[in-house]
Amino acid sequence: MSTATLTPRNQDAPKQSSPFVRGLGHFFKARETGILIAVLLVIVVTTVKNPSFVFSSDGWRDLLLTPSILVLVAVGQAIVIITKSVDLSVGSVLGLTAYLTGRLFIDIPGIPMIVVFLAGIVFGGLLGLINGALVAFAKVPAMVITLGTLYAYRGINVVWAGSDRINASDMPKDFLALGTGQFLSIPLLTIIALVVLVAAAWYMKNTRGGREFYAIGSDPAAAGLYGLRVVRRLLIAFVASGALAGLAGVLYAARYGTVNSQAGTGWELDAVGAAVIGGVAIVGGSGTVWGAAIGAVLLLTINRALPILGVPDFWQRAVVGALIIGAIVLDRVLALRQSRKLLESREETK
Amino acid sequence: MSIPPPGSDSPALELREVAKSFGAVVALSSGSLALRKNSIHALVGENGAGKSTLVKIIAGLYQRDSGDLLLEGDSVDFKSTAESKGAGIAVIYQEPTLFPDLSVTENIFMGRQPTNRFGRIDRKAMRAEAVGLFERLGVRIDPDRPAEGLSIADQQIIEIAKAISLDAKVLVMDEPTAALSGVEVDRLFAVARSLRDEGRALLFISHRFDEVFDLCDTITVMRDGAYISTDPTTAVTVDEIVRRMVGRDVTELFPKQETTIGPTVLEVRGLTQPGVFHDISFDLHSGEILGLAGLVGAGRSEVVRAVFGVDRYQSGSVSIKGRPVPPNSPTAAMNLGIALVPEDRRKQGLVLESSVARNTTMAIRRQLSKLGILTSGAENGSARIWDSRLEVKTNALDTEAGTLSGGNQQKVVLAKWLATNPTVLIIDEPTRGIDVGTKSEVHRLLSELAGQGMAILMISSELPEVLGMADRVLVMREGRITAEIPREDATAESVMFAATHAEEHVS
Repeated sequence: MSTATLTPRNQDAPKQSSPFVRGLGHFFKARETGILIAVLLVIVVTTVKNPSFVFSSDGWRDLLLTPSILVLVAVGQAIVIITKSVDLSVGSVLGLTAYLTGRLFIDIPGIPMIVVFLAGIVFGGLLGLINGALVAFAKVPAMVITLGTLYAYRGINVVWAGSDRINASDMPKDFLALGTGQFLSIPLLTIIALVVLVAAAWYMKNTRGGREFYAIGSDPAAAGLYGLRVVRRLLIAFVASGALAGLAGVLYAARYGTVNSQAGTGWELDAVGAAVIGGVAIVGGSGTVWGAAIGAVLLLTINRALPILGVPDFWQRAVVGALIIGAIVLDRVLALRQSRKLLESREETK
Repeated sequence: MSIPPPGSDSPALELREVAKSFGAVVALSSGSLALRKNSIHALVGENGAGKSTLVKIIAGLYQRDSGDLLLEGDSVDFKSTAESKGAGIAVIYQEPTLFPDLSVTENIFMGRQPTNRFGRIDRKAMRAEAVGLFERLGVRIDPDRPAEGLSIADQQIIEIAKAISLDAKVLVMDEPTAALSGVEVDRLFAVARSLRDEGRALLFISHRFDEVFDLCDTITVMRDGAYISTDPTTAVTVDEIVRRMVGRDVTELFPKQETTIGPTVLEVRGLTQPGVFHDISFDLHSGEILGLAGLVGAGRSEVVRAVFGVDRYQSGSVSIKGRPVPPNSPTAAMNLGIALVPEDRRKQGLVLESSVARNTTMAIRRQLSKLGILTSGAENGSARIWDSRLEVKTNALDTEAGTLSGGNQQKVVLAKWLATNPTVLIIDEPTRGIDVGTKSEVHRLLSELAGQGMAILMISSELPEVLGMADRVLVMREGRITAEIPREDATAESVMFAATHAEEHVS
């Protein structure tokens, strides 16, 4: 790397690598590379079996389009998990904002698209703020709070929508075109997801605020002693997750055209699964939004690949489950190995 | 004595008669301390003397109930750690508080990383500054490695680097040397001296008198939450300091009965768990109370947890009356007649939400139940016997254990284990947080049990308790047994000496 001019200072550092290559970044980069290779492997194997999986205009489009919305939700989820919480309400938030999107187009004819987008994001952010406030001030584990809001938000959705359904015909053509449109043969949704992903990744890596999420997730008690504003960070994480789920809800309406009171059911599990598969440690403090995004791609690509590969229906969910358990076991093994190293090195210095 | 004569420079940091209580427990009744620039000030006292509370008040972690806190002569109130830090006070805790997942550099600068105009962290500048700090401190730590896996010594160096980068005027170190080797201590002291020479005020808390006298110029003694004395280190001796730390009447409180010591019951040989305890060997006889003394963190609880099979150990053996106790099996230990009354009774000894009766019979559920069914009649019957023998004060047997007073909770835990009819009773801090009246009841009870031939291993951080109750005292320091003192020779000074000084070998 370009920084190799710096001499390694640690006597027990391996000789061949510069300090920048080693350490934390190196470790998690390896983690994400692994997931990326898994994605490519799935694509290659499936394409060999059925070339139209990639080499057809529909195949190519679906490959990119399918995971795009989940990527947004997974990025928000990753931020929350890195802060040592979890947001199980994202599926319900997505459903509510998707329905709100439809209602806005119906109730306010001619409403500008940008206003709808902003409304979805702000509304999602507000729902996230409720989660965050409950977690931060009630001091109840996020798992319990957001499980509660998962049902509560869904309940509101059911009361609001009843048996109503938003149909494609209720929404403007321009808006629906967003859901399937392409630019240079890349779906617009994918571009939006990428822009959000890059921005979030940059923020998490390069700003004080971003690093504080990691610090809090790594050791909340130490974060308090450092004088970091833990409550504020926690609120921001939940607002970000809510806002991204809100954006995803608007895009969901654009992509699928029909929204009923059950839209987004089960997405929270996909989002948590994507983050975990992507190497975001469920105990907080490590992982990247990149990993979560690649995890989302892997999750949904496998879902589409398995039927093509002739895996029976029954087994498809089991494969996803195995993937998640495998990822957690891998994290655990790596963590144990590291702490064993710590003990040994300590004994040596005695 | 702590208040400077008028006209002299105001101290960098001063506390005057600061008090702090937690509910009914007075942690600090009157803490006074004056830290001057260009000085390393030692704060010494027994466990529970209020040193840590005082430090936490300085750090902004606790808020004082009364008294004055003065920074450069101005009264200040720290509502949070951030405010204390902002005022130029850095506190290094006994257990360093780092973020294990983050790099060493990030740990130093977290929350105040150098940034460019767009809020982007300038990693290069940050790293260069970290390298500079380590160079100045004369240590070799890779700034890019994660904090996880660093030795305690290196973690402390990072804490110090953090304090320097903050340009802290006051640096508080709470037992920084507890986990360090000789070389590491030397390095830390060199750093401390150079910080002093830069005009900073340092507070050094330690139980090692050789270090205190080597490093510090002033020494303040605390006892029972109150200020006792402040002197230049050149004007006092170790003996005097120890006397002031202990300074109270030991014999009255603890009515230990004379007993006849029987044959060996528990034999522990060469018990070792790397990094926790090393080569622990001792015998425990029937009818004997063996005190296990030492400072907090010396590894006493870890040893008894290993003996009971809760924690693992790498090598060594435990046997009862010649029968080996298999490792890692509390069930086997119980069946062989060992009972462990743990240190933290609320967490480890009681199910707070359950009734007194259920808690009392918890360890003998199997024996009480018929065909796998445990009736509340059987439970209450057994519980009534034990709770009345121990005089547990409760309205009814179905009262929730969590609502009892500390002393009565301890009695329920004791009753639970006595119901198993153990031959060896291990009891960790039997009277911590218990009022004086109940305390002497617990002591009377332990003494009686020993009189009936039970072998008792008692861990206690309270010197008077150890000296009053134990027939023999084992002293641990940093995972090793450093002294074995018979009752006749056990004094506050001899026990304290063995707990704080390196190898003074068993006679």
